[in-house]
Amino acid sequence: MAAAIIEIEGLTKDYPSGFWRKRWKRSLDHLSLQVEEGEIFGFLGPNGAGKTTTLKLLMGLIFPTSGTARIRGRSIEDIAMHAEIGYLPEHPYFYDYLTARELLDYYARFSNYSTAERNARVETFLKRVGLSSAANVQLRKFSKGMLQRAGIAQAILHDPKVVFLDEPMSGLDPVGRREVRDIILALKQQGKTVFFSTHILSDAEMLCDRVGVLVDGKLHGVGSPREMVSVEMQSMEILFELLEGRALPPRIADQARQIGGRYRIAVPEQDVYVAIEQLRSCDARILSMTPVRPTLEDYFIRLVGRERAATHEEETVLR
Amino acid sequence: MNAIPGAVAVNTFREAVRDRVLYNLIFFALLMIAASILVGQISIGIDRMVIVNLGLSAISLIGLVMAIFIGVSLVSKEIEKRTLYSLLARPIHRWQFLAGKYAGLLLTLIVNTAFMTVGLAGALFYVGRPFVRGDLTILIAIYFILLEFALVTAVALLFSCYSSPMLSTLFTVGVYITGVFAQDIRQAGDLSKDAAVEFITRAVYYLVPNFHNFNVIAAAAHGEAVGFGLVWQNTLYTAVYVVLVLLGATAVFSGRDLK
Repeated sequence: MAAAIIEIEGLTKDYPSGFWRKRWKRSLDHLSLQVEEGEIFGFLGPNGAGKTTTLKLLMGLIFPTSGTARIRGRSIEDIAMHAEIGYLPEHPYFYDYLTARELLDYYARFSNYSTAERNARVETFLKRVGLSSAANVQLRKFSKGMLQRAGIAQAILHDPKVVFLDEPMSGLDPVGRREVRDIILALKQQGKTVFFSTHILSDAEMLCDRVGVLVDGKLHGVGSPREMVSVEMQSMEILFELLEGRALPPRIADQARQIGGRYRIAVPEQDVYVAIEQLRSCDARILSMTPVRPTLEDYFIRLVGRERAATHEEETVLR
Repeated sequence: MNAIPGAVAVNTFREAVRDRVLYNLIFFALLMIAASILVGQISIGIDRMVIVNLGLSAISLIGLVMAIFIGVSLVSKEIEKRTLYSLLARPIHRWQFLAGKYAGLLLTLIVNTAFMTVGLAGALFYVGRPFVRGDLTILIAIYFILLEFALVTAVALLFSCYSSPMLSTLFTVGVYITGVFAQDIRQAGDLSKDAAVEFITRAVYYLVPNFHNFNVIAAAAHGEAVGFGLVWQNTLYTAVYVVLVLLGATAVFSGRDLK
């Protein structure tokens, strides 16, 4: 097992609310978590779950009510630790009067590079995120996808060991999402650890070595996407077509859905061979067989639903 | 100069330039041109006095408006627009950020004032008045105006660390006006013969920046000399006051959650 690069222990954050009578609202509840070196870790959760709060605590933008965290063995309160991390905030907004080149040059000035090295890095990273041709365009003229890429460039410009990305795919079109996914995978290939929060589960499923699911400030399980859904029952989706004049066997006909001139049927894994035999008996032509695995999304929605139902029940009892 | 506050300062200056803050110079130039032409037609004897008075007052007013309105949003704008988040995730102490923002606005004000000073000199040259030794007071008056800007910017930055721009503007303007009348407030308290009132007025006198000794515009207009003792006194006072206010701002800002 690789060494833990991010160690979070009992991290808790309460925010005050109310003007006259101060009440405290718990945004993050005793979060304990370890992220290993070189992995892509997805931090999942619905809006308001505490993902951004966690990232802000790790970045030192807000201060914990209790608990501690260490990154590469250094406390998050140690300012020198920040030289080894990169951060892309949620919905990044950068100085829009700067050009992309000026923005990266500005951030590079915080890393003690010589002028020549700084200039070289700026050009390299503009190219890496595909912004070379827009290097002299002011950020106020950038699309959301371009801004996101500029944001990622500033986060990785100083060659950090750990990169934190807060909702990096949020609001992007499919092309933009694909570009960001490719950048994240390239970071992993370079040996970086990537910790990113998202509520787009297909992205997490595609990219992450492990994920953690956060609901209402509490962590509900950590594991690989496959581990987290493997306990679920699997099925097989069969796509087929019938010859003209042939009828489907009654058991199949009850379940099959006709789309265009084709039929689609989902059968439990243990019944697959029976279904194939029945299709053969009516001379059906099988076009494809796709294993249907429950997605991380199914797991996630069930988990959030369960947690919210429990909270609702608790509130009803208290009333 | 520390590289981090330096980089933040240059960026703050660049923001002011690109946001067309220095366009106020056009207004000042027009004012000086108009004053020069009008004064030449009205009288011969008092042209210098009028132009110096008007020029220095305009330099002071324009700079104060800039110091207050840009100063109050120095930090709050960065929080509101979240530009600060990616910055403070780097190895940057919060005091370095504040020092950079402060230096950046001060640099903007110095450059702005330098251009206006050239404009004022141009106006004096236009009315055909040769430069004399007494004109040194004009430069001292401009230096004192810059010291005022340094004080006001520090106060605005302090309020910007924990308050909205609108409230910060009110607080800063309040502190500035109180500072202008600090001497009178203290004298009023001394005359009241009431121990409590005296204590309060003295507390206000020592707490707010005291601008009483900074206004030598009238002396400059009349060509009167200003002692170098006052220059040192005002310089030292400004340095100590600014450092204390910036330390206060750092204390406030260092413990603040950037929600």
